[in-house]
Amino acid sequence: MKAPILRPVAEHGLLVDYGDRFDRAIWARLIDLDARLSSETVPGFVEAVPAATSLLVRFDPMTTDHAKVGAALLVLLAVPPGEEQRHTRAHVVDVCYDGTLAPDLVEVATRCGMSTEDVVSAHLNSECHVQMYGFAPGYAYLAGLPAPLHLPRKTAAKRDVPKGSVLIAGQQCLVSTLTMPTGWWIIGRSPTAILTGDETRPFLFDVGDRVTFRRISRDDYDRCLT
Amino acid sequence: MTGAQLHVVKAGPMVTIQDVGRPDLMRYGVPASGPMDRLAFAAANAALGNRTGAPAIEISLGGLTLSCEGAPVGFAVAGGGFIVEHGGRKAGSWHCATLTPGETLTIRPGPWGSWCYLALPGGVTAPHWLGSAATHAVSGLGGGRILPGQVLTPETSAESIQPCAITCPLTARPRPQVHVTLGPQDRFFDAEALGLLRNGPWRMTTAWDRMGVRLDGPALQPNAPLDMPSGPVTRGAIQVAGDGVATILLADHQTTGGYPRIATVLDCDLDGLMQLRPRDRLAFSPVTPEQATTIARRAAKGAARYLAGLTPA
Repeated sequence: MKAPILRPVAEHGLLVDYGDRFDRAIWARLIDLDARLSSETVPGFVEAVPAATSLLVRFDPMTTDHAKVGAALLVLLAVPPGEEQRHTRAHVVDVCYDGTLAPDLVEVATRCGMSTEDVVSAHLNSECHVQMYGFAPGYAYLAGLPAPLHLPRKTAAKRDVPKGSVLIAGQQCLVSTLTMPTGWWIIGRSPTAILTGDETRPFLFDVGDRVTFRRISRDDYDRCLT
Repeated sequence: MTGAQLHVVKAGPMVTIQDVGRPDLMRYGVPASGPMDRLAFAAANAALGNRTGAPAIEISLGGLTLSCEGAPVGFAVAGGGFIVEHGGRKAGSWHCATLTPGETLTIRPGPWGSWCYLALPGGVTAPHWLGSAATHAVSGLGGGRILPGQVLTPETSAESIQPCAITCPLTARPRPQVHVTLGPQDRFFDAEALGLLRNGPWRMTTAWDRMGVRLDGPALQPNAPLDMPSGPVTRGAIQVAGDGVATILLADHQTTGGYPRIATVLDCDLDGLMQLRPRDRLAFSPVTPEQATTIARRAAKGAARYLAGLTPA
């Protein structure tokens, strides 16, 4: 595997950059590196932000610098990923695909050349993983949608899309956590809270976790919310 | 309720509760938020002897008017050259005083600066989200936006305080020249675009909120298709959209983005940058990572010395 480039970011960061092309093995390497980062392995470590092909490592410029952090990262990268890989968890996200909760389901089906039931089955059969968070608090990008569901984003964003909407675009899916505009396709609604409200575990997923979907009825959905 | 109550009479847009922010959650899509000018915010709290990072009110160019009821209350104002009026007195920001029941406190833009901080004894009572009262503007999570009709209360009842001046350090003045490190996506730009970044001319614009400020200046055309996958983004990143327009990302920035970041403003220069006004000139000086470290350490030492020297009223 090629070595990443370490790019400085102001006085407080290094971007571990594997380039512009997503590759599952490289991503696994990034997630493994992410799991190994601590103030013991990288003195002055503050936080890490994983993404698809890069990982931002932020540090305290009062106690360390780019060169020292870079050297510590190279030491970690020299260790092949092995047994001590982070334990990733599996989550099941409930989705209701009915009527008004799935305003784009019919158009997605038309564009994919499938029936709406086939779109739902394909979504239910996908095995996603949390690739990164971004955009807004709790917006977890779930990668791994099956190819028949890959659609480009809409040309214009729709406003005030309710939180909990199940959105797809490209090979990604996400469950929105805020009522916000989106250009992604809305194929359902989930009562599963990604922002858990639990102070000890405020976010349901960690990057790297696996996610599958379970279909629920409109009645179940309404019951979950009461 | 026997303590002081501050009724919000008028509040401009982008007047919010901020505290030290919620750091280290970017991996969950949560930016740190917190004050646009962290030094001025810290000075207002320090002048009252508040704990570091206690919730205070961030006031934009929109201004704020409060009326005091119930009991007298001490306050401190720091940041920018705002105008502070109460009880027939008119002064600049950078002082503390006591507001008595029946008085109205008005804080509005003055000769310079874009952000001003109002601290109350013990901090402003505010809802917290993920351990912080800092308002994340897009979601409204945290302490929240200040709205007319709302009632603000201090955490402790320091009914009156000695009037005092708060020293306004040179570093709290608007900073029209800031240091940047190049990248992390400078590879999308050729030497000509990097020259334009250096030479400008650049100006701040009114397209400025807590997420970012769009710049007026030369178009920085990327020299390659923008096919990069979304990657982590920091406060201070100079992001260039497909049309070549540059935006500096600020306290409530999105945590990832798919546009290249041609350079990143040093964090220690952002407080001063935030006190520029729309249409003010600014310039970027590229530095090496080693120089960035030296500049940041010098700035932190200066800020610590300044804050330690502020005697609580």
